[in-house]
Amino acid sequence: MKIKKYLIIFFIYFLNINIVHAIQPDIFVQSTVNRASKILSENISKTDKINELKNIAKETVDIRGIGFYTLGAARKNLNEEQKKKYLIIFEQYFLKSFSSRLAEYTNPEIDVLGKKVLSENYTIVTSLLKGTSERPEIKIDWRIYTKDPKNPLIRDLIIEGLSLARTQKEEFSSVLNSNNDDINVLFSTLEKFINN
Amino acid sequence: MIKKIGIILITTLALTLNSYAASDGELILKKNEPSEVKDCFEGVNRATFAFNQALDGIIFKPVASVYKKIPSPVRSGVSNSLDNLSNLVTIPNNILQGDFALAGVNTGRFLINTTVGVLGIFDVAHALGIVEYEKEDYGQSLAKAGMGPGCYVVLPVLGPSTARDTVASVTNFMGGDAWYNVTVRNDTHYFRDIDYYSSKVTGGVDFRAKNYDAIENLEENSLDFYASVKSLYLQDRQQKIANTKKITNTQDDSDWEEIENK
Repeated sequence: MKIKKYLIIFFIYFLNINIVHAIQPDIFVQSTVNRASKILSENISKTDKINELKNIAKETVDIRGIGFYTLGAARKNLNEEQKKKYLIIFEQYFLKSFSSRLAEYTNPEIDVLGKKVLSENYTIVTSLLKGTSERPEIKIDWRIYTKDPKNPLIRDLIIEGLSLARTQKEEFSSVLNSNNDDINVLFSTLEKFINN
Repeated sequence: MIKKIGIILITTLALTLNSYAASDGELILKKNEPSEVKDCFEGVNRATFAFNQALDGIIFKPVASVYKKIPSPVRSGVSNSLDNLSNLVTIPNNILQGDFALAGVNTGRFLINTTVGVLGIFDVAHALGIVEYEKEDYGQSLAKAGMGPGCYVVLPVLGPSTARDTVASVTNFMGGDAWYNVTVRNDTHYFRDIDYYSSKVTGGVDFRAKNYDAIENLEENSLDFYASVKSLYLQDRQQKIANTKKITNTQDDSDWEEIENK
């Protein structure tokens, strides 16, 4: 009887730890946005901003997952060596592309509006980038990968209904299609972008 | 008598199209799935795209950068006015798609904004709480009727389109756009051809100015700018045909799921 009690207490305690440590996707997005916003509004050089944004991206974006998704059907034809090489090059490409896109914005204000749980693995967080005199307000949805609730990760940004991951995937597919599906051409194209 | 037959014909057509649309919404989305749209004339399309880019660099980009410097309220007024004119194509398409209630709402919006809103410069209807405006065109009506997009095409000056949308846009010049009818098609004493063409050019400049930074950013960070524009255009068309910006309803998750075990 006593053992049963202990077990119940232990189970409840363990459950609470998990609940306490789970990060809600909407809070995760708002906190990520606030961190990025703070960097963008700081009076530091563009290079420093880019480096800081890269650090945030490494912590909060599932770069590996996006990399494989972006490769589409071509990922099935890669050997282990090519996969390793691809992931290294893709991370460099992604961080450069992501941070230089964001660095153009100064002090963006994003309000998280809500969330919709799609499945155990995915939650869509809806947000609004406030308009300025330069641009209208923009709806941004975040596809958050929640397989590990304690460490949610961004997998896609959907801007006014347009998915960035999907666009990137079709762009990679176009490079491969134009070059007889030669993965080495994609590697060299990515390397050229990184070194440009 | 002819008017009566016309009304019966339009109503029948609208109801038929609507029944098709309602019966197979998922099939319509699948047909308009960006990855399913063939780029049959890729070589020609890429050449036209390069021509459009050059034209953009010479005309639209410099004009848009000057236009951006105009005070924001003036630009909003121009944008509102152009949106208001587009109601003249949206309303018949609401009817063709069987959205009679929405056709009524948009007619009300057009009347209020044209009169109280001073030729559409002020979006009074929005201030009154009338539902958000969604543009419709003849390409979307054909898509709702179940017609697939056909091949992807890049038109000189006008930019990305599909075979279906290009053919459908001809309807605008055959009586389907009341603004074209009163400016170019019919010799009215109130408007001239230049009014129509200048509204179209202004619309192009307004679009370029609104998306100035986004386009520059995309071009700078793309591996293949042509492929990026094509993907974004086709995604946008799919959303517009579905009348939703909720990607969750349209995006296939299977590819994401497949990478779980990698």
